Amino acid sequence: MTLTAGVETRFGALGANANRPDGVAKVQGGFAFSSDMWAENMLWGATLRSPHPHARLVSIDVTAAWSIPGVECIVTAEDIPGEPNYGLIMQDQPVFARVGDTVRYLGEPILAVAADHPETCRRALAAIRVTYEVLDPVIDAERCIDGTAPPIHPQGNVFRHQRILTGDQSVIGEIQVEGTYEIGMQDQAFLGLEAALAVPDSDGDGVELYVATQWLHEDRKQIAACLDMPSDKVRLVLGGVGGAFGAREDISLQVHTCLLALRTGRPVRIAYSREESFYGHVHRHPATIWMRHHADATGRILRIESRMVFDGGAYCSTSPAVLINAVTHAQGPYKCDNATIDGWALRTNNPPCGAMRGFGVVQACFAHESQMDKLAAATGMSPVEIRLRNAMETGDRLITGQIVDSVAPVTRCITETDRIPLPEPLRDDAHELAVPGGTGLTARASNIRRGVGWGVSIKNLMYSEGFDDYSTARCRIADGAVHVKFATAEVGQGFVMLAQQIARTVLGVDDVFLDPIDTQVGSAGSTSASRQTWMSGGAVDAACRAVRDELLDRVANDRGLVRGELQIEGTNIVDSLTGTTIPVTEVVGKYDIDHTVEYRHPATEDLDEDGHGNCHVAFAFVAHRAVVDVDPDLGLVKVVQIATAQDVGRVLNPLSVQGQVEGGIAQGLGLAVMEEIIVTDGKVKNPSFTDYLLPTFLDAPTVDMVLIEEHEPKSPLGAKGVGEPPCISVTPAIANAIRNAVGRELPRVPVRPYDICL
Amino acid sequence: MTVSSDSLNESYRLNVNGSDREVNDAWVGESLLYVLRERLGLPGAKGACEQGECGSCTVIMDDRAVCSCLVMAASATESRILTVESLGEDGRLSDVQQAFLDAGGVQCGFCTPGFIVAVHHLLDRNPHPDDEEIKEALSGNICRCTGYGRILEAVKVVVRDRAPGGVA
Repeated sequence: MTLTAGVETRFGALGANANRPDGVAKVQGGFAFSSDMWAENMLWGATLRSPHPHARLVSIDVTAAWSIPGVECIVTAEDIPGEPNYGLIMQDQPVFARVGDTVRYLGEPILAVAADHPETCRRALAAIRVTYEVLDPVIDAERCIDGTAPPIHPQGNVFRHQRILTGDQSVIGEIQVEGTYEIGMQDQAFLGLEAALAVPDSDGDGVELYVATQWLHEDRKQIAACLDMPSDKVRLVLGGVGGAFGAREDISLQVHTCLLALRTGRPVRIAYSREESFYGHVHRHPATIWMRHHADATGRILRIESRMVFDGGAYCSTSPAVLINAVTHAQGPYKCDNATIDGWALRTNNPPCGAMRGFGVVQACFAHESQMDKLAAATGMSPVEIRLRNAMETGDRLITGQIVDSVAPVTRCITETDRIPLPEPLRDDAHELAVPGGTGLTARASNIRRGVGWGVSIKNLMYSEGFDDYSTARCRIADGAVHVKFATAEVGQGFVMLAQQIARTVLGVDDVFLDPIDTQVGSAGSTSASRQTWMSGGAVDAACRAVRDELLDRVANDRGLVRGELQIEGTNIVDSLTGTTIPVTEVVGKYDIDHTVEYRHPATEDLDEDGHGNCHVAFAFVAHRAVVDVDPDLGLVKVVQIATAQDVGRVLNPLSVQGQVEGGIAQGLGLAVMEEIIVTDGKVKNPSFTDYLLPTFLDAPTVDMVLIEEHEPKSPLGAKGVGEPPCISVTPAIANAIRNAVGRELPRVPVRPYDICL
Repeated sequence: MTVSSDSLNESYRLNVNGSDREVNDAWVGESLLYVLRERLGLPGAKGACEQGECGSCTVIMDDRAVCSCLVMAASATESRILTVESLGEDGRLSDVQQAFLDAGGVQCGFCTPGFIVAVHHLLDRNPHPDDEEIKEALSGNICRCTGYGRILEAVKVVVRDRAPGGVA
């Protein structure tokens, strides 16, 4: 990895590596994940789910379950005191299906039980008799567009339709390339399964919920509405989060757990199994994208046409926002003056889909990067040349009319990636593990074809379309120590480490104490959209600066110094007038200072009917080059190397950035060649880790990366979010590399063995 | 907590981390993972797939690395069981634990205890694994966050440091 040396090199400060404050507990096994929560007198909860993707719920008979000793509580839709439905954008998803109403996806919750042991819960669920009138599932999103599918929800089958009409719709290119691309349904597959512990207040009029989530305050809002409680009676504490990747943005077991706890007056823990987890959270939208590029003879893109169909499944979740990300990123990181885009997000009886790392841009990128290789072939240019020919720059106008005022080093991303050396050719006597198929010993090295492919992407950062997006942080000097508090969900990305780095740097101390992450401070917004380093980083930075300014005011006042001459350098207060230094540790014990600050990014606006508007805040860019070895007869693929150059603004913690890049690449690799939730007639066929394949150690390629540091002036710390870009264009890069190796069109991901060899 | 509805409750003894531990009146269907976590106060082994696919629940049973989700606890009474909690002396970190932190091998941390146990097991049997041997030995442990790069680096650091003339 090539890294520009940061200005600040003090370990633990911004720009350097640091110790994770949760690190020791995590390697020792003592870190409390939400599935590790325990309380005296605790009950276990479990959820009964619909086995049908579409059915009328005729009746529920719980009599037999009540006769099982140890069963303490059964709650159904009848027991919800407040709002029966929830949802992030549209409150269209029932907490529990209601008798007389329909269930709309396989796995929809019917009721929940609480009992003395998980096994008792299992038996109770097995004893409950539910009668359904099975209905034909709506599984074809196209039928929701043409209106031939019956409405499966009172709010209709269209979550959002958004077009973009920009420039001259009649432009026809001398060169045209087109294709229809499909993206499969990917699962976030975090390892830490959904789990929560709800503890009722002793008077029964409030509840405390320990839960793994991406956004405590949004959870609380939805839970309080369903429980019909004031939000201050619902206190959320972040339980340790075993990964998220978008799957914890919607609530799942939160209301169920609270209801059981409030009804029984006892702590209740619900912990999902892996199969239940596949039903319990939203997935990445499967999509079908038709795209046609018009270009002149030199390969310059003149117009893009696209039709995008996103299957949102049974409930809305974030489908409308995913869709606008897709349509507004249809051009990719390329200049384009004219566009004709039509996008749909639709309701079907397939599993609900919503947020996953990359959020709509993954799907769009697979299409436009597949197109770029076709354009390269049609113009006789190389994949690199065609991308450089069209590379976006700062100041360019997007197809939405928005000017890209972010740093936009697209050309550098491509050229720096191109400079990374290619791996050695596969040797005829290569180790079996270096050959596709590995220890299966099925492939022979001499039969392997190597391919190289490219992918380049643009990704919006933070929330879009006028959302009031903010984060809150509190910084205190008290009892001689610095304390920082925020509600930012630590999901593994390392924000807890970054917050300490910021405080160390701004305040010149080494020890920074973090308060519990809970709802006892203002919202931090969601840990998603590559936004927390910018947003909560900005809030922590601002809170620490406010404390620092007051500290220096008071030091100047108490010591008769000139305030304007004082600043913190390293761990000292330096008086530039006299050159004297005062260690910060010497003064922090003398003052109590407390500031809470909200940070907001610049406002955005909705898209209009024709898809125009300054809807996004900022953008990050990345290039990927994949090298693959393919056995064309067996359809086996080994990804050998991913070379990447990523626009990161500024590296605040080198190891964290490297970890995000490598981890994102592995997830993008998964979508490229192995990860797909198979859904047939609305039924998930592979809800387990035996059948849903994830990249293992042996699947992980060598990753060679360059981090491009051009400080982003709009960002409070100069840094851009780095979480999503790594997983976006790596998928088409791998697909393009396989195409390069075997010469087939391969219009869908994941690329399956039989796509290659049959 | 017993299963009230079931007569299949037993009391037995497990040898865990060098101590004999009583398991009283427990449903015999409980996995070793469940008993370690819910009855013996050892939450380090994690459950993530219930099928032996992800390695999060890895513990050592009589010198073999096993997925504790696949072992019936009541069948392990004759075995010596070691969990992640047994590693490191006097609360200090083992070299593998320290290397995971230093190399950036920990993000969400859910897979970490299973990995740490598996790496100790690998290096006890093969002190000088090459990259391919490391990857193969750890291919039964899924990590969703890191893409494995920093974990590979952590293992290589330990191998280097444990070698004659190394830091350790």
